[in-house]
Amino acid sequence: MMHVLGLLFPPGLLTAPFMQNAWISGSAVAILSALVGFFAVLRGATFVAHAVPRASFAGAAGAALVGGDTLLGLGIFSAISALGIAFLTSRRDRGQITALVLAAALGLGALFLALGDAYAPQVYALLFGQIVGISRADVLGILGLTGLTAAAVAVLYRPLLFVSVAPDVAEARGVSRHRFNVLFLLLVALSATAAVPVVGALLSFSLMVGPAAAASYFGRSPASALWLSVAIGLVSVWLALVLAYDTGMPVGFFVAVVTAAFYGLGRLWALTADPLADAA
Amino acid sequence: MALLTLVRDLLQTPAVATALWIGSIVAVVSGCAGVFTVVRGQSFAGHALGDVGSTGAAAAYLTAVQPLYGFLGIGLLGGLAIDRLGNRARERDVATGIVLSLTMGLSALLLFLITEQTSATGGPLSILFGSIFTVAPAVTLPVELFSLLALGLLAVLYRPLVFASLSPETARARGVRVGLVGTLFMVALVIAVEESSLVAGALLSTALLIGPAAAAVNWTRQIGHTLALSAFLGVAAVVLGIVLSYESYFWPPLHRGWPVSFFIVMLVLVEYIASRLWRRRREATA
Amino acid sequence: MKGLELPRADQTILDLEGVRVELGGKVVLRDIDVALRRGELVGVIGPNGAGKSTLLKVILGFIRPSAGAVRFAQGQRAGRGAIGYVPQSFSPDPDLPLRARDLVALGIDGDRWGFSLGGARRRAAVDEALAWVDALSYAEQPVGRLSGGELQRLLVAQALIAEPDTLLLDEPLANLDLRSQDEIVGLVGRVAHERGVTVMLVTHDMNPILGVMDRLLYLAGGRAALGTPDEVVRAEVLGALYGHHVDVLRVHGRILVVGAAEVESLTCEA
Repeated sequence: MMHVLGLLFPPGLLTAPFMQNAWISGSAVAILSALVGFFAVLRGATFVAHAVPRASFAGAAGAALVGGDTLLGLGIFSAISALGIAFLTSRRDRGQITALVLAAALGLGALFLALGDAYAPQVYALLFGQIVGISRADVLGILGLTGLTAAAVAVLYRPLLFVSVAPDVAEARGVSRHRFNVLFLLLVALSATAAVPVVGALLSFSLMVGPAAAASYFGRSPASALWLSVAIGLVSVWLALVLAYDTGMPVGFFVAVVTAAFYGLGRLWALTADPLADAA
Repeated sequence: MALLTLVRDLLQTPAVATALWIGSIVAVVSGCAGVFTVVRGQSFAGHALGDVGSTGAAAAYLTAVQPLYGFLGIGLLGGLAIDRLGNRARERDVATGIVLSLTMGLSALLLFLITEQTSATGGPLSILFGSIFTVAPAVTLPVELFSLLALGLLAVLYRPLVFASLSPETARARGVRVGLVGTLFMVALVIAVEESSLVAGALLSTALLIGPAAAAVNWTRQIGHTLALSAFLGVAAVVLGIVLSYESYFWPPLHRGWPVSFFIVMLVLVEYIASRLWRRRREATA
Repeated sequence: MKGLELPRADQTILDLEGVRVELGGKVVLRDIDVALRRGELVGVIGPNGAGKSTLLKVILGFIRPSAGAVRFAQGQRAGRGAIGYVPQSFSPDPDLPLRARDLVALGIDGDRWGFSLGGARRRAAVDEALAWVDALSYAEQPVGRLSGGELQRLLVAQALIAEPDTLLLDEPLANLDLRSQDEIVGLVGRVAHERGVTVMLVTHDMNPILGVMDRLLYLAGGRAALGTPDEVVRAEVLGALYGHHVDVLRVHGRILVVGAAEVESLTCEA
């Protein structure tokens, strides 16, 4: 028994400084992504949750081209793409504006990369992240942005929930569908800016969609689904960190697999709870 | 006329000639599949399949299989998973996100294994940002065949697909097997997206799938016209983009050639914005 | 609750004066002069495209009239729950993590910033609203698993919990079976007559609500006629609205409006 535990929790997993940073920032990103992901899943807006962080790459490439700050570049491009999606989307639109805004940003990114001399692995790192290469300063930064996002979610919670589940009634009560779509997209942009430079777009997207989607099957009320998605996100990240440390394989892979497994469990749970629901 | 002579000159260069030919084929297939993608509200799936396919490319790289089959194989698996897992709009959106997240995680693993094995990062990156100028000659024939297959599939499906896409309930009542039609369309969509991902990169596959189709939907009222215009707009963007990219080698101050994907994306966007403006004017005068 | 304040039938709660609405250059409503009294149930009836939903949107403030004014009784304003609204379509996904009681609770303060901290008083208020619409038995069920009639009750409860002066219902009877229709009609009648809430109920078939309806607002050709069913549903009144001759038939206690030129479209309308 001790032998198995020793294999699962080898020395350094909790004590090595770079692992401590990974634990803290991974947990922060899990919380941040689950909070925003809850609304993304509720609104059926996972495309946006994928597109805004990806579009922000162009900002990083642009920053590299002009020698600016990467975080600033990411922030500007994620905000621009979020606002672009919010203001160009018409009501009958079902995702094509998101696709086109993303394509435009990636096209610009390709141009910036070609014109500048950006070191290609930097882009690679933004996509897949290097959670074990995080510095203390990065940890403080992501903790700050996580706190900011959590505060924003706390302020927006009630009206955003209202307009997401019953838009017509909410609109009659003065909760503007359009205004809250803009606010939601800015929330996605904020979390993208916080998460992408630290853990990569992939990991942050997995943590945004998987836990919240699973929680929507297990949770009965909005509040319980929200807390469950935070819990599932944290468990996923912790499990992935242990497995990645043990095997030396990428954290992003394990996070994707574990969150997808939670989602699969949720689908099965829904089937057993009401076998007629999906047949209908 | 100047453009025509320019294109004639370009055709003398084999790499450019191949790029023009393959690019146009891919644009036609994407343009046609894209119209249904837009009408059916499957833009996210259409985009996700591009990323999903690059996972297959990484797997193919690792196992020394022809990349096209890597793209198509994983693309088909991902596409069918998206199709089976989502019935309602919101559920389909979330399922697409899960499939995308899972395959990108797999991508991370495969790229890690590739760098472990070969200690090279260039290979996997060219998968993510493929270039139309470096299409391998061996790919030309399979791409042509698969394009024919996709267009054939769309032609066979045409009437039930139009019916099922525009009014699924009525179609179901009239005996159209809406689920089956959707699944077969997904196969055509996978072929369209994966071959354009292969020859032009995942970025361009989204632009070519959604842009010309969304523009054509704004400009036309009859689905036959929409398909034709969408294919034409796609080919126009590809040809003009390649010409501009070729020309940009001579542009000051860098003289290093701007990426072709940038030009094609921007041309597609210009087409779309023009269609939006045109539509707004028409609605204002109506 | 507001029921303590005795409904005064003569008090005007909502006043539309010369309202005119143009959408996309087309006149949808013209010269609408309507004054609604406290605690009355008004059925809004008319053929498709007559502007029934548009009228509700004008009252809700979604659409600004190009002429005329919408006035609420003294001290009242739109928004913040003064007007309850039950929209035409509400079909939540089965996997939405939202119970019946959560949906109703949003009616209390769903439009306020921040989050609410539960509490016994909130719970009691939600229970009371659920009991009022006879929905306590499915209070803990996910909304995505409820029937159309059950959802309508919840939406009524959600509106009532904010203690509105006016309740607007857009086609609440569509897609309901006859029994559910009767139940909703009975419920809406109690909302008006027991709680003193002014109710406007849009429907394309007036027959199910004949028993509870105080007055009828008939819309056709962008114009409106308001009065008791007997005053409004007469060949000469409706003929003037439609701009051509129509016949009004009474068959087995049901009313049919038959337009000579458009028999098809009108018989099924009213």
